[in-house]
Amino acid sequence: MVVVDLTKASAKNKSVIGDMQAKSGVNLADCYQCGKCSAGCPVALAMDLQPREVIRYMQLGMWDEVLKARTPWLCATCQTCVTRCPHQVDLPSLMEAVRQEAKKKGITPIKELNRFNDLFLNNIRYFGKSHEMVLMGLYNFTTGHLMQDVWSAPHLYFNRKIRIRPHMVKDKASVRKIMAKCLEGGNK
Amino acid sequence: MKYAYYPGCSSAGSGVEFELSSRFVAKKIGMELIETPDWNCCGASAAHLTNHDLSIALPARNLALAEDMDLDVAVPCAACFGRMKTAVKYVRESEKNQKHIEDILEIPYKAKNDVYCLLDVMSRPEAMEAIKANIAKPLNGLKVASYYGCLLVRPAGVVQFDDTENPQSMDKLMELVGATPVEWAFKTECCGASHQVSVPKVGREIIYRLLKNAVSNGAEAIVTACPLCMLNLDMRMKEMSRRDPRLNIPVYFFTELLAMALGSGAKAIGINKHFFPAVEVAEKALIPKPVEEVSAKKPVKPIAKAKQENTKNGGETA
Repeated sequence: MVVVDLTKASAKNKSVIGDMQAKSGVNLADCYQCGKCSAGCPVALAMDLQPREVIRYMQLGMWDEVLKARTPWLCATCQTCVTRCPHQVDLPSLMEAVRQEAKKKGITPIKELNRFNDLFLNNIRYFGKSHEMVLMGLYNFTTGHLMQDVWSAPHLYFNRKIRIRPHMVKDKASVRKIMAKCLEGGNK
Repeated sequence: MKYAYYPGCSSAGSGVEFELSSRFVAKKIGMELIETPDWNCCGASAAHLTNHDLSIALPARNLALAEDMDLDVAVPCAACFGRMKTAVKYVRESEKNQKHIEDILEIPYKAKNDVYCLLDVMSRPEAMEAIKANIAKPLNGLKVASYYGCLLVRPAGVVQFDDTENPQSMDKLMELVGATPVEWAFKTECCGASHQVSVPKVGREIIYRLLKNAVSNGAEAIVTACPLCMLNLDMRMKEMSRRDPRLNIPVYFFTELLAMALGSGAKAIGINKHFFPAVEVAEKALIPKPVEEVSAKKPVKPIAKAKQENTKNGGETA
């Protein structure tokens, strides 16, 4: 059990938690801890903080714990929680906001998840479309999980489910420009 | 029935069967799917977990291209569909949002056209009638678990399609072509998405529970409408069979089974490309069962008995 000094806790980190609320459109006070989100979450079994705990910690101003947690990274954005929430608290958007904030600070509790997404975006940058073989090859290589799912490669290849030549967008410049504008123009 | 068609990246890769079978069904029922020219990746989860603007702008570029065609958009992949619906909603919310996205895209986009998933357009009355009229061989009661996954039905306010907990569109289609949809509890559960790759231990637990529920409820096959759900279940089925030997059923795209009933061969639509062998079950389902077997299987007496007992109990409680 975690013992929290409520008087001290709730005053802390007001501004950053306010930012998170604004960004995600979640009003933390809407949550009354019924727990439906955590009961239905398919990934709850692997989380260090249950989804409702993320909200409770933020209500209490305990930002550091949330920022370092694996939970926002494990969220698969399946939208089950918000669909069942009696107050429509948009937890997936909150998780997304926390995750983006953690990443900005260089905190990536699950390296593989972070790497997968980065490679995915790089794929779009280069080809305009996702190229599954390049994605998986680079993922295995850069995470050191060299043999992961390698057994599936011959099946995929001989059934023409992966191709060496990528299918590409013709107007690659327009996709690259979109990516540059969004990613380098600051995180709005 | 004419739509701008956004195939999505998996259509030329891991989900090629979805593409082949969708095309076959569309052609058979007179649905025109016109590919959006020079489409790009929708950004999937990677974009929205990284940057909000990017997650809207990438799908919006495709929608803007389809707007030039003056057609509504049909999308097979559940993830692409979810991202596009999110983009439409964001742009329609305010003029400010619309201007903001146009500034990023540098092409006009007014969000005039609508986005529908392929399951939606194929389960509408007009399409269902056309399917019914073209059935070559029905599926003879193949017991299927219709698996919708997350993003076709959630979040309800964004996707505006079917029920979030107990959707029916795929079940209706399966019934239409002669299969028997089973009741099961994991219709709209998550397949673990990219977690199967990046946190495999967590991912496997998710599909183990899902498959166990499908099999326990009598499913002989799983039917899906999402290429990622398909890949995750089909590719991991053998691994799951090692954990529990009962978990050894094929997985199909709903369009594959529709195409089979509409007269396609299994190979022509790529069913032979699955990881877990799927040709035999589908082909067997098309062979009519001998009449004796059907009548022998019909448990006439027990049902009558059960009914009597029910009314008895009902009477007592009332």
